[in-house]
Amino acid sequence: MQAQAVERSLTGERAVTSGRRRVVGGRTFWFWVFVAPFLAGLLTFVYVPIVWSGYLSLFDARNTVTPRPDQFVGFGNYVSLLTDKAFLTSLGTFMVFTVVIVPLTYAFSLGLALLLQRIRVARTFFRSVFFIPTAVSYVIAAMIWRLSLFNGARFGMVNTIVRSLGGTAVGWLSGDTPVYWVVLVSLRLWLQSGFYMILFIAGLNRIGQDMYEAAALDGATGWKLFRHITWPQLASTTAAIVLLLVISAFQAFDEFYNTLATIGGYPPFARPPLVYLYLISLGGGSQNLGLGSAGTMILTLVIVVFGVVQLVGTRRLEAKR
Amino acid sequence: MTHHAPLGGRGISRRGLLAASTGIAATAVLSACGTNSGLSSSSSSSSVGKANLSQWYHEYGEDGVQAAVTKYAAAYPKASVSVKWTTGDYEKAVSAALLTQTVPDVFEYANGPTADMILAGEVLDLTDVLGSAKSQFNASIITPRIFRDKIWAIPQTIDMQMLYYRKSLFDKAGLQPPTTFAALVDAAAKLTTKDVGGFYAGSDSGVGVLGLLLLWAAGFNSISSDGKNVDFDDPAFYSALAAYKAFRDGTGLLRNASAEWYDAAPFINGEAAMQWTGLWALPKVKAALGDDFGVAAFPAIGSAGKPAVAAGAYGACVAAKGTDPDAAKAFVKWLWVDQEDDQVEFSTAFGTHIPAKPALAAKATPLASGAGAAAAKLVADNGHVPDIRWTTAIGTAYSSALTNIIVKGADPKTELAAVVSTAKTELAKLA
Repeated sequence: MQAQAVERSLTGERAVTSGRRRVVGGRTFWFWVFVAPFLAGLLTFVYVPIVWSGYLSLFDARNTVTPRPDQFVGFGNYVSLLTDKAFLTSLGTFMVFTVVIVPLTYAFSLGLALLLQRIRVARTFFRSVFFIPTAVSYVIAAMIWRLSLFNGARFGMVNTIVRSLGGTAVGWLSGDTPVYWVVLVSLRLWLQSGFYMILFIAGLNRIGQDMYEAAALDGATGWKLFRHITWPQLASTTAAIVLLLVISAFQAFDEFYNTLATIGGYPPFARPPLVYLYLISLGGGSQNLGLGSAGTMILTLVIVVFGVVQLVGTRRLEAKR
Repeated sequence: MTHHAPLGGRGISRRGLLAASTGIAATAVLSACGTNSGLSSSSSSSSVGKANLSQWYHEYGEDGVQAAVTKYAAAYPKASVSVKWTTGDYEKAVSAALLTQTVPDVFEYANGPTADMILAGEVLDLTDVLGSAKSQFNASIITPRIFRDKIWAIPQTIDMQMLYYRKSLFDKAGLQPPTTFAALVDAAAKLTTKDVGGFYAGSDSGVGVLGLLLLWAAGFNSISSDGKNVDFDDPAFYSALAAYKAFRDGTGLLRNASAEWYDAAPFINGEAAMQWTGLWALPKVKAALGDDFGVAAFPAIGSAGKPAVAAGAYGACVAAKGTDPDAAKAFVKWLWVDQEDDQVEFSTAFGTHIPAKPALAAKATPLASGAGAAAAKLVADNGHVPDIRWTTAIGTAYSSALTNIIVKGADPKTELAAVVSTAKTELAKLA
């Protein structure tokens, strides 16, 4: 659905609603034929596990998904996580990370989309070039970043450049200085910008050409055109993208884990809450499912709060206009 | 979410069990890139009245292991045993399977089952299976894995980590292999040149792999004798960590190389004069450097310290909910206690490992002389295995503290206080 809409917007094609036809077997029947499998999947694999997690989070459930009554600990798991300095640090770090990465990815993807709207030559080619990283596995990308580009040895790719400019090799992931953020942020931008760029292009294509023409007649060009036409018209796209970006910032796992984890463990810096929860609840084949569930409940709550705040904020802004 | 290895590769699968040293076992992640199909192979004879048992292995990186374990299973006369060769994240696969109704009857697990598995009643006590044969096994492998006075796994074969050093470089500089940490620091600094680093133990400066070794080499255990706290919350250990931090800040410690510590490539390429890596690297190092290398333990730190090497062994476990637990126990006894020829073959025909019974090491050609023999002796004299009570949560807290102390320069006492707090909570649950 979303892909089709994007495609339509990309080609500038308008959705055409075909005339209603008589449906054999009744609409309700076919509605359930198509919806039931997905609904069943959603219930089984999404909602039941969420509810079950909530239940497990109240038990000291180790190596079991059906805890005994004597393993009931009430909110003990929540208390131990919320008094765990490492967990709180990871939450704090990732709130800061969110505040930085969301505007950065947003600006970067919007910039790419605007640039690609302007060029006349090889537009499809460049769209594909910037979109392809989205299709790359996070694991593979993390390995390229870690082993090749930002390898801390003197012969790492970036270090070779640094040395040729007269600098000394940098230990990108060693943790001495926060340069590991350069690695992680560049990796995330590379992996994700292409996708949001496509969403922005779709949004840009929905702005009618007549708006720009009218503005041009009033003498608006360049920045003014962007400030007063493009930007406000992208409001709904922006709201959706920011929400997606916030969620994905809190769900950070793959590229962090694969960039920074070693066989000995994961360093205490740049450690997303999900990675920390993974380590303490499932690391090394352990199954501290109660603690892990409590952690995911806390994280879900944080994401919900962020989402609601953002939604309310967007509504207020729109109402003002 | 994908939970793949940061680095996967063939031929390195057994070393993951040693990774439990700081809590995050990466056994499975290490074997993620193998080539086997993961299909189960069943032994042929399945007559009426015989028990049907399933036996799970993780994917060993070395060629021939799968064929060998299938052959052992097929040769067992009293039950029909089907081998399941599990690719991917083995530990997760086993712990998930143990929650279901179709559990593996017999399975291997890094250093034996976890304390949580035992407390949840997922595995059976194998004390009687080992019986009087216990004395034939390497005590340093068995003792730290005893939980509530019972033995829960039979060690299959021992793998270990040690210090490799270049003899020619030491001779040229007029140095002896280090037996104290001060000597290691001194040698590393003297051997460092523009192109060759002194000592290498991974791009995290050794925090990951040397975590437990530092405390063993400083003369401590991971868990105190009463089982209620860690053993190393002590000024002598604060000094040991400060010494390691100074070493890292100096010139002798190579911080980055072409590969991680578990790959001997940096040592073979001449990037470092000394490297901490595993016994598994021995065949490659020998082929590349001939006699120009030696092996040693991690040297003693401080006046109460003792040299130490890390050892580990996959242990054969029996699931409590299996189809026929008694038959499964009998099979484990037959294969891992009685069949000594198979045990020697399993240890030494596919890469170099050390049989869990020291007497068998003499029968194994690669361990008869040279560095192989030295490695076997290091395990017997200086070997340490992670304590079964050293849980993932304690390990995570400990490795975080170590990074903060060694990399970020935090105060050892404050940082270790956080480990003590985690450990006390965890250990109270295991008491």
